Amino acid sequence: MLRAITAVFALLAGTTAISAQDVTTYALDNGMDVVVIEDHRAPVVVHMVWYRIGSADEPVGASGVAHFLEHLLFKATENMESGEFSTAVAANGGRDNAFTSYDYTAYYQRIAADRLELMMRMESDRMNNLMITEADIATERNVILEERAQRTDNNPGSLAGEQLRASQYLNHRYGVPIIGWRHEMEDLSLEDALGFYDLYYSPNNAILVVAGDVRPDEVLALAEQYYGAIPAEPDLPTRLRPQEPPQSAERRLIYEDPRVSQAYVSRTYLAPERDNGAQEDAAALVYLADILGGSSFTSVLGEALQFDSQIAVYTGAGYDGSSLDDTTFSMTVVPATGVSLQAAEDAMDAAVAAFLERGVDPEQLERIRTQFRAAEVYARDNVEGIANRYGAALTQGLTVQDVQDWPEILQAVTAEDIIAIATQVLDRRQSVTGWIVPNREALAQ
Amino acid sequence: MIRFLFTAALSVFAASAHAEVEIREVTSPGGINAWLVEDHEIPFLALEIQIKGGASLDLPGARGAVNLMTGLLEEGSGDMDARTFQATREGLAASFGFDVYDDSFSVSARVLSENRGEAMALLRDALVNPTFDNDAVERVRAQVLSIIASDEKNPNRLASAAFNLAAFRDHPYGSSLNGTVESVGALTREDLIAAHQNVVTRDRIYVGAVGDITAAELGALLDDLLADLPETSAPLSPDVPFGLGGGITVVPFETPQSVAYFGHQGIKRDDEDFFAAYILNTILGGGGFESRLMQEVREKRGLTYGVYTHLVPKDHGEMMIGSVASGNDRIGETIAVIRDEWARLSADGVTAEELDGAKTYLTGAYPLRFDGNAPIAGILVGMQMQDLPPDYVINRNALVEAVTLDDVNRVAAELLRPDDLHFVVVGQPVGLESTN
Repeated sequence: MLRAITAVFALLAGTTAISAQDVTTYALDNGMDVVVIEDHRAPVVVHMVWYRIGSADEPVGASGVAHFLEHLLFKATENMESGEFSTAVAANGGRDNAFTSYDYTAYYQRIAADRLELMMRMESDRMNNLMITEADIATERNVILEERAQRTDNNPGSLAGEQLRASQYLNHRYGVPIIGWRHEMEDLSLEDALGFYDLYYSPNNAILVVAGDVRPDEVLALAEQYYGAIPAEPDLPTRLRPQEPPQSAERRLIYEDPRVSQAYVSRTYLAPERDNGAQEDAAALVYLADILGGSSFTSVLGEALQFDSQIAVYTGAGYDGSSLDDTTFSMTVVPATGVSLQAAEDAMDAAVAAFLERGVDPEQLERIRTQFRAAEVYARDNVEGIANRYGAALTQGLTVQDVQDWPEILQAVTAEDIIAIATQVLDRRQSVTGWIVPNREALAQ
Repeated sequence: MIRFLFTAALSVFAASAHAEVEIREVTSPGGINAWLVEDHEIPFLALEIQIKGGASLDLPGARGAVNLMTGLLEEGSGDMDARTFQATREGLAASFGFDVYDDSFSVSARVLSENRGEAMALLRDALVNPTFDNDAVERVRAQVLSIIASDEKNPNRLASAAFNLAAFRDHPYGSSLNGTVESVGALTREDLIAAHQNVVTRDRIYVGAVGDITAAELGALLDDLLADLPETSAPLSPDVPFGLGGGITVVPFETPQSVAYFGHQGIKRDDEDFFAAYILNTILGGGGFESRLMQEVREKRGLTYGVYTHLVPKDHGEMMIGSVASGNDRIGETIAVIRDEWARLSADGVTAEELDGAKTYLTGAYPLRFDGNAPIAGILVGMQMQDLPPDYVINRNALVEAVTLDDVNRVAAELLRPDDLHFVVVGQPVGLESTN
């Protein structure tokens, strides 16, 4: 057994990750970070600008403004008409979009590599020259309200998730939804948007990521020309966020909505995230999530609740360590017909307790380790995914070195690390348990 | 031995010397045809297999059998139970996706070069020797029933289900391939074995392979993997006319935002006007912010987050459909705007500027699709299933360019029939009622 495992490692050794020499970094004089990732397999480039500003940085009472502003960046600038940005990208055969999260707002285009300069000219233009109007506000606010209706209000699982998250975070803005609370979105104003834009959309708060069929020196020359000309924002505040206090009381919620087709149990725990120079706990939590609920066939919850017993039709566990501040570790169980939520939750807790008692199955651990190593081989087929890793990490307090160290840190996780972090994180006092049901009768079942 | 029927180096990227997609047509010693793009840069292989037929081959009274059978392929084969099969697969870091659609069954595999032989032997077992043991059947049946229950409370699913039923009635296109609570509950192991025999076969199989493999290796691999499948599959389902006329159907559902699914008769994929229709759809609602519907419904009026239209040329019937969601008090206005835009485009056609914009977008975007081993494997299979030649990848943009303004506007007048548009609206729409 041991020999076979060693052989697999030896075979995969030289083929991990995008090698560090394919990634080049600079900082412009105005403080803007630049990351260039070379991949010459196709004459395509991904051009992204990431701002170190997300929904968790919003002022009190203006939830959703980070995402609202993201929509408004497609309106007019001093040099472009409203909508011209996307029209120009499309006319050049490209795709563009943007996304907002708790920790970042990012804009990207994917296009033929010889159109990079046009992308930089337009993206740098809207970093500084946006000209939004009251009419834009009125129309686009309706669009984001419809977006909230589509993503959240029409989806009982999303609504329940909002309530669970709001309960998880006692002090941190991660408890407020990215898209915003509806009553605050309805009042978002031109001033809210411009206040956010003028301060935070600045080169010293931004990261340029260019990935694909490009040469670093050419990218740097263009970046100097277009982004280097924008002055740094002198009043950019230090990114300070209210942190979570020690959590000492387990929280339990019942979310009732007739549109819920099947009752389920959702449990989240406050959990540490990947930190600069200290990613080991996060790496162990990645394994823990896979061990407890990564595969419905071979995970702890899958085996106990779907194979050894027929308590559940679905089990899962999740953890995403990409976060600036404390993140969550989650478990979900959808009970089989005729099984109560209490029985499902008890079975989930019993399975986890039994796992902590007996420890990590070494064969399962090595399978997961092999898969993480292979994932780095497969990841090389998707340069946009690699670009996202760097962009997100640099907005979340990590460095290029942290990103490049991560695969090796994952490989070094031991069974002892996993049990230690599980014992620390799976503490009910820092947890929220939700029962999501169609009606009260489902509780009595 | 391998016979090379066709070899051509096709540069999809006109501007670039080094980025070529060299499609090679390969026939295995056992007679299985495949298209291959050899690329040894990353040590893995993406393999895409499609077999025509799919869920439309469900036998009378056994709706959902093909879907349940497909879900069971990863649940044990040969002498392996589900857990042993999955633990083996995980240890090889291979991924196998089995999926079923109205007209096809598909396998998407991703395997490392270093253990390709073992991974393919495992995949062969899943395709050729699934066990359908009782535990697995009951477990997956419960999962499918759970999905059916969820769909009954999902406004998007309710809308498409009502639309498809009205349009295609008792043809398989008229019902969900998941089946119903009753039909899935009644499926037997014999139904699953029959579905496997009828669907997972060699006679209508299409293969695309991209990555770290030579033609000779691929030929041997395909014979090992597929040679033991049954030779003949069940007869394909008959063609079905689109049977829904213009109007509105309201499906009451308590939710704040109404979901609308709309459309009418479409156009066949092999119709000589298909490219004109494709460009027309891009201009009307093809996905970008620039489409007329996005401009009129979202950008100018803020009535929705997104509105899209699609050409859906199935193998035995074709539709042109769209989808949109608006608050219950605003969906009426949204539908009125969509109807007006449909009528305006049908009557007045597109402008030369719009046509040029759509052409530059479509021709520029085409090479961007070739962005990884798995996407390219999917493109290779799709081309074969549509009976397109390998050199289509070079000629495709010329076919787009060749469409004239007259072509598009003639097709607009023929294809877009505002009076035939039927809207299925799920929600509590204010001021809308079902027509008869």
